[in-house]
Amino acid sequence: MSHLLDLEGVSKRFGGVQAVDQVDFHADQGEIVGVIGPNGAGKTTLFNVVTGFYGPDSGKIRFDGNNLVGLKPNQITKVGIARTFQAVRLFGAMTVLENAMVGQHPRTRAGVFGALFHTSSTRSEEERVQAKAGAALDFFGDRLSPRLNSLASELAYADRRRLEIARAMATEPKLLLLDEPAAGMNPAEKDGLIELIGRLRDEKGYSIVLIEHDMPVISGVSDRVVALDYGKKIAEGTYEEVAANQQVIEAYLGKSATQGQT
Amino acid sequence: MTAPATSSRRLRFERLPLRRIILISLSIAIVYGVVAGSAATLRMGTFTAADWRSLVINGIARGSVYALIAIGYTLVYGILFMINFAHGEVFMSGAYTAFFVAVAFGRSGYLNAHPLVSIGAILIVSMVTSTLVAVILERVAYRPLRGAPRLVPLITAIGASFFLQYTFRGLYGAQARAYPTINVLQGTWTIFGVEILRTQVIVVVAAILLWIALFTFVAKTRTGRSMRAVGEDREIAALMGINVDRTIVATFAIGGALAGAAGILYVFLFNQVIFTMGFFPGIKAFTAAVLGGIGSVTGAAMGGLLLGVLEAVGPNLFLTGVGVPSPNQLQPVVAFGILVLVLIFLPGGFLGAPEEKRA
Repeated sequence: MSHLLDLEGVSKRFGGVQAVDQVDFHADQGEIVGVIGPNGAGKTTLFNVVTGFYGPDSGKIRFDGNNLVGLKPNQITKVGIARTFQAVRLFGAMTVLENAMVGQHPRTRAGVFGALFHTSSTRSEEERVQAKAGAALDFFGDRLSPRLNSLASELAYADRRRLEIARAMATEPKLLLLDEPAAGMNPAEKDGLIELIGRLRDEKGYSIVLIEHDMPVISGVSDRVVALDYGKKIAEGTYEEVAANQQVIEAYLGKSATQGQT
Repeated sequence: MTAPATSSRRLRFERLPLRRIILISLSIAIVYGVVAGSAATLRMGTFTAADWRSLVINGIARGSVYALIAIGYTLVYGILFMINFAHGEVFMSGAYTAFFVAVAFGRSGYLNAHPLVSIGAILIVSMVTSTLVAVILERVAYRPLRGAPRLVPLITAIGASFFLQYTFRGLYGAQARAYPTINVLQGTWTIFGVEILRTQVIVVVAAILLWIALFTFVAKTRTGRSMRAVGEDREIAALMGINVDRTIVATFAIGGALAGAAGILYVFLFNQVIFTMGFFPGIKAFTAAVLGGIGSVTGAAMGGLLLGVLEAVGPNLFLTGVGVPSPNQLQPVVAFGILVLVLIFLPGGFLGAPEEKRA
């Protein structure tokens, strides 16, 4: 069976730093993959390479039958990959609804002329965009929908994280990349997040790759865990397997610490 | 930072806050000059109430033209953070090219036989020309320099501005050319008991309609949303599937179309074209955009109107009383005086966001 997302031998170098080093990585349809690793292990770089922020120096990236290497970020969004950021990056000067509507952009086509002459196709498309954006916001119950016309910058932190996910959902992706979704959340919010990620897969059918430092969240949602260190993949398997892996423990605690234990 | 408590008791040796002293004296001098000049002018009674009223209307009319051009500056700045100093020439290209259509219509007599159709055609030619010039400018002069330091596209813009001016000079000569007269635009209309030149009414109404159209476009449409998205965060916009290059082209095109329309309105008011005609309106519209807060569409419109009125009324009001001969020739002094003052005292303009929030 071919994988939904498939990376083969992907490398990315910044000056003297080998940020991602010969990484093989895959995610299957309907799978939730957790990516862990110490700071600077190359996790976010991996996301940036997949979403086309930078091209890889070498290696292949395939997604759902498409070759992603050389595509621009807007084209990659179009084939069905959406992401969120470690530090929330919303359009602060736009309303909640508008943020989600921007997410619908790749699924629509209205141009300047349709807008100028207010054609019926443009109008019906605009209505459809609003409806779909509204549906993405409704997924979060009463957190976002009552605040459609608030500016995104006025939302509470946790709601901004939710809106970022809603905006990604509005692009109608097959694969969702979440970069540290639990950052800055309290334990109750983290439990909510675990439930939310499960619902995103079960109700929306997304495959999900998440980067996370929070081990309860990783163990709570991941079907499979991949550990990176210094740009290399050092372990892969179930959470228990990866957590027990000697190299992973060394990466997190340092070699001397583990030697001291024995 | 407050100095440690001990140092305040010791002998202190500070530099004079020269900058602040100069600024405060400058503002006192300006306020005094404006108030005294105005008072003197009003005491002289050279101008009647009707004179002032017509000056204000004149200012609103030309201010509307500045506002339309200013929107082009502000849109491009809001998305690329660069000043398109060739925008005045975008404005000139449209009006100048449409001139030939107007002349052809005028010769055949069609212009006054079917004035509405002719004006429509002239307007469309001007808008299309300006749009094309703006889009080509972006493609040739600015896009290759997208990643360069900010100063580089600024210098290119000035170069492009001269290139366009002297291209028109080379093609059509250095002399000013009079637009053919359109009879329906001559004369006055009486509105609320005030007689107003027809051209002025048409210019103001057209500018308001165009502004409303633009505002709706930016606020409500898909392209408008992508423009705002690209202006706020280009990377995320791309990640949302927005084609950044195409959005930037659309921005230049819209700014160009408005400049083309402004070119025809300008011709309604001033009746002639010349290859340098883009320079002053361009730079005054830039002033208007800065005055309103560059990056803000509403600010550009307000700034344009305010600058137009100040420029029309200002010289007569401030300068007649202090005995300056023919104060109307000093209009640019008022316009650029305002630019300098805004840059010193209110660099963000009236409606502009603080610089650090946008970067």
